Amino acid sequence: MSPAKVAHGQNPLRDPRDKRLPRIAGPCGLVLFGVTGDLARKKILPAIYDLANRGLLPPGFSLVGFARRDWADEDFAKIVLESVRAHARTPFREAVWRNLAEGFRFVPGTFDDPKSFDLLRETVHNLDQDRGTGGNHAFYLSIPPAFFPTVCEQLDRSGLSHASERDWRRVVVEKPFGHDLVSARELNAIVQAVFPPDSVFRIDHYLGKETVQNLLALRFANQMFEPVWNANYVDHVQITMAEDIGIAGRAGYYDGIGAARDVIQNHLLQLLALTAMEEPVSFQAQDLRAEKEKALSAVRLPRDLAKSTARGQYAQGWQGGEHVIGYLDEDGINKSSTTETYAALKVEIDTRRWAGVPFYLRTGKRLGKRVTEIAVVFKRAPHLPFDQTATEELGQNAIVIRIQPDEGITMRFGSKVPGTAMEVRDVTMDFGYGRSFTESSPEAYERLILDVLLGDPPLFPRHREVELSWQILDPVEALWARQGRPDPYPAGGWGPVSSDDLMRRDGRTWRKP
Amino acid sequence: MIVDLPSTTMAAVSKKLVKLRNDVGAMTLGRVLTLVIVVDETEADDAIEAANDASHQHPCRIIALVRGGTRAPNRLDAQIRVGGDAGASEVIILRLYGALAEHGNGVVVPLLLPDSPVVAWWPKEAPPDISESAIGAMAQRRITDAAEARSPRAEMKRRADTYQPGDTDLAWTRLTLWRGLLAAALDQPPYEPVVAATVTGASDSPSTDLMAGWLAQALKCPVTRARTRAGTGMVSVRLERRSGSIDLARPGGAVATLAQPGQPIRRISLGRRALAECLAEEVRRLDPDETYAETLTKGLAKVGASGSVKAPGSVAHQAAAGKLGGTKMAAPSGARQGKSSS
Repeated sequence: MSPAKVAHGQNPLRDPRDKRLPRIAGPCGLVLFGVTGDLARKKILPAIYDLANRGLLPPGFSLVGFARRDWADEDFAKIVLESVRAHARTPFREAVWRNLAEGFRFVPGTFDDPKSFDLLRETVHNLDQDRGTGGNHAFYLSIPPAFFPTVCEQLDRSGLSHASERDWRRVVVEKPFGHDLVSARELNAIVQAVFPPDSVFRIDHYLGKETVQNLLALRFANQMFEPVWNANYVDHVQITMAEDIGIAGRAGYYDGIGAARDVIQNHLLQLLALTAMEEPVSFQAQDLRAEKEKALSAVRLPRDLAKSTARGQYAQGWQGGEHVIGYLDEDGINKSSTTETYAALKVEIDTRRWAGVPFYLRTGKRLGKRVTEIAVVFKRAPHLPFDQTATEELGQNAIVIRIQPDEGITMRFGSKVPGTAMEVRDVTMDFGYGRSFTESSPEAYERLILDVLLGDPPLFPRHREVELSWQILDPVEALWARQGRPDPYPAGGWGPVSSDDLMRRDGRTWRKP
Repeated sequence: MIVDLPSTTMAAVSKKLVKLRNDVGAMTLGRVLTLVIVVDETEADDAIEAANDASHQHPCRIIALVRGGTRAPNRLDAQIRVGGDAGASEVIILRLYGALAEHGNGVVVPLLLPDSPVVAWWPKEAPPDISESAIGAMAQRRITDAAEARSPRAEMKRRADTYQPGDTDLAWTRLTLWRGLLAAALDQPPYEPVVAATVTGASDSPSTDLMAGWLAQALKCPVTRARTRAGTGMVSVRLERRSGSIDLARPGGAVATLAQPGQPIRRISLGRRALAECLAEEVRRLDPDETYAETLTKGLAKVGASGSVKAPGSVAHQAAAGKLGGTKMAAPSGARQGKSSS
């Protein structure tokens, strides 16, 4: 009996039929910049613990924190513990925590201090020696993009970013990827001067969500939706991301950026791409990205931008039983700020599948409730063999993919009202896998961090997609920059009147999500 | 909401279910399967609770068939739990007495969800040939738990003799993370074949047997099964290669160590998995598990036995674990110690 062959990419213990085997990354560590930030505390650190708790982190996994704090490793561990206790999804287990915390290191320093990066290099090197991280490290830049050049330069100078043939270095960046096409290109040039394109992971956390991935299953695993998923049957598509909160302490980041750059450029255009794209040849990264890029490159803005866009700024009002202040009264906001907190936009997609079908995108803060959804609204039946009175209450059929918070799918169709008369009205049917799923379904960040450690790129947008998105948004931003102040809208409503006018001009209305 | 229907009929139970659904309203949920639990009174509560937890990931209808005394007069007691009392599922508990206790399949049929798969689960003792049993024959997936049987070894043998596609055992599920770690270790260089393997674990641990069987089948090398005291569970795996051996050991507690030549000892949490977690993994996929089938029907026979080991873990494991045992926040000195020992 000769033993089974083992080679690179050939592992006798991995059998494609063995679908249980979890994906566990090889030895590696994560270096986190911006440990004290909101995102790190609420999302990244809890996600790392949850991954450990699920047994998906490699043995010896290590986490290095870098920040301008005079901390020892233990102080850092305390901060992580606080955020894990407050935000982790899975139950707290002492043994898991202790084991994970053994791999925590902290490097105090500033981004422009070469000495701190030398210390970081030494720390990372020691981890390779002591804990066996094997020279594989991901650098998570959870910091404002203004610091990217300095950090990347330091990573390069100190040699931290240089991978050998046997190990890997990856970099993880968060939105915003620039604030227009030019700055996005600059930012990309900076990062790619240090890391090769395959090693850059841009996180759009929407793509890590179960429901967004489920959109692909809904469209491409079923026979009953794809035949009607085109201009023959679809009247229009509405993609909404509404938040009920204000800018809540993010004034410094938000003012001057605005809703469109913050949300439409990345999340909504990614959702649009997934909704509109053709079937990818496979779900490999390059095939999926190719289809998304095709869809994005076919997006066309209407000629009269003033009439097909709307923007607003929340004023004071009552929201959810609470009186809230307007945007201009928020701490740290210039009283004459023209930053929009609501943005709506109509685009068309120049493909055979979508010719003549408008896609309406809207996002805003301080709206009626927190909800993200994609609504595909169908045309009316070409002929209704009923009395006119029988179908008065019948609207248009719709398939709604609810992305958060109540994850699932809703279908709206006409049904006879029980009774002796023939009356048809709209009913909705809910598919609520998500409703029960939320408790145990992994957070988007868990999936994405795991994918980074595994080097599995399909869920991360490529630079080309970022560029295409800015190409779509830049003319709109240019127009808005000339327009002066956005239209005020009361907090707790559904945006400015101008956004309703935008729909009314097309003979449509916004869905009430 | 909990509704009790003492001394009832199946027609009344079905009617009540539909009525509850209409009265409560909004109970539509994507139910993906029907889970039939065959259990005795004493273990019923634990099993239902685990199934409830698992239903958060996989919404299902749970039917618990609780076997009461066979000498009592024929009787059916039912209880329906919906809403908050049933997690993300709806639970129907059927207590069967008298001759009815042997004919559970008859009462289950009207309650199966239309057009959805059926999963049968025997949390404790299972019939000798599960796919031939009345409940098992209805199910696409049949889950047993050899570790809970009176004689796990004999149970494993029976499962192997009567295996049909769709059978699975929780002793196998408990291995998933171990298997994942071993596979991940072989993903890394040096790329050398494994020439021999030793799997150490409790004499009454069917998981350890299955691990040995899996390795024998996949690696095509001699695999030795070493025994430790009953109740110690899965203890360690050693994969021997030309450049040295990979040792994954859990000498007790919830933390395992992974030792490889030329590399520091790595530690990882590897606790025993909760029942609900295992069950959730089982109902995740309903297609036959071919890897399990081969392990059970071919792999087990290839394993050579060795004598019993006195304490859990080989000498090397203990040395490694002992040296790292005292360190808390992995002070560099402690970790270096670990390295020198490898």
